[in-house]
Amino acid sequence: MIWQQLQSLAGSYPLALRGLGVTVVLSLISLVLGTLLGFGLGILRTGGNRLISSVIGAWVDLIRGTPFLVQIFLIFFILPELGIELDAFTAGIIALTNLAACFICEIVAAGIRSVPTGQVEAALASGLSRWQRMRQVVLPQAMRIVLPPLVGQYVLLIKDSSVVSAIGLTDLTRVGWLVVQRVPNGLLVFFLIGLGYFIVCYPLIMLARRLEQRMGAAHGEVQL
Amino acid sequence: MLENFSFRTIVEYLPLFGQGLVTTVWLSLVSFAGALAVGIVLSAMNLQRGWLFRVPAKAYIDTVRATPLLAQLYFLYFGLPRLGFVLPELVVGILALSLNSGAYVAEIIRAGILSIPRGQVEAGVASGMTYVQRMRLVILPQAFKVTIPPLLGQAIVLVKDSALLSLISVAELTRAGQLLASDRFMPAEGFITIAAFYLLLYYCLKGLAALSGRWIGLQPARSST
Repeated sequence: MIWQQLQSLAGSYPLALRGLGVTVVLSLISLVLGTLLGFGLGILRTGGNRLISSVIGAWVDLIRGTPFLVQIFLIFFILPELGIELDAFTAGIIALTNLAACFICEIVAAGIRSVPTGQVEAALASGLSRWQRMRQVVLPQAMRIVLPPLVGQYVLLIKDSSVVSAIGLTDLTRVGWLVVQRVPNGLLVFFLIGLGYFIVCYPLIMLARRLEQRMGAAHGEVQL
Repeated sequence: MLENFSFRTIVEYLPLFGQGLVTTVWLSLVSFAGALAVGIVLSAMNLQRGWLFRVPAKAYIDTVRATPLLAQLYFLYFGLPRLGFVLPELVVGILALSLNSGAYVAEIIRAGILSIPRGQVEAGVASGMTYVQRMRLVILPQAFKVTIPPLLGQAIVLVKDSALLSLISVAELTRAGQLLASDRFMPAEGFITIAAFYLLLYYCLKGLAALSGRWIGLQPARSST
């Protein structure tokens, strides 16, 4: 019985690999786009323009206040009604990128706010341009605060990518769902699916933890 | 375009949305209570010196944090019947949410307890307090305050995560939106309405978190007797 199931599972191996591929590619694209967009939004959010800042703040609240599943449904089912045709993969990337950008925006904004004003004033006094101030003075110092939660956010992004299976995208979770219809052993199938995610996510969790310790230690030294 | 957005249909389906909202609220409350119980046990295990309790607790917490809730939900949903537990979807959902959130709650409690300065513990020892007295009178009252804001943050995450239960056909808020979307082919009406309801819950919890933050800030340090 269990032997037959294992054989059947071994037959699903190419499908599982493809699912893992979809999960990784989807996460990676959204991770890169979301990081870029998130940094841009975070800089704008702390840029001093009240209107822009509050518009971004309202959008972030909107995204943080609704379940990701609902966001995916909204994008996948409503954008076509507005005349924008898109497949499940694109919808998944839009939803994940938007989600990541909103969370990263807040992380980056918190990092920028943590840089003492004296630093910005010193940069101003040295005649640095706005861009130079941001790139050479503020961001390098903000990174100490930003980096640990940023890596943590990547873990959340990879896990949230499992929700795109709800609109029929064949990612790792969806593969598990398909396989379990044929091989009725949910424990085994989803143990293996979980293992796939664990292999991708656990190193990142360890990295986030180490960064936190190192950055925390560095921070302590500065405060002394 | 959305020019034929039908408010009438939304009003017509309002009882369904109301039921969904009520279900989401109470199942989130029950799951949060479960998460607190799981979290307290796990953090107590995790703070032990010996490895016998600490290692399993750590392994559990890391496993939960490194895998998606949806995979955990399916693991229980498809796995429990195999072990002979045939439970209603709602119970499976509450179980999954409690077990998942419990791991995060454990980390929050642990961080709260570890945030108490060592001097406090040492002062307790110097005053001749036993371990239980130190925990009850010195550490926990202070740790409790620190953990309230992040616990409310976790409650927000839990309410949003509960939307995934619609995928194992629990009749909660997101399911109500799906029903409207599929019965009447009105996804906009269905999903925008439930998004609004979730935002309502979000702002309530966020307001509560802000209030609790202020309450903690204002709370004067208790003088020792």
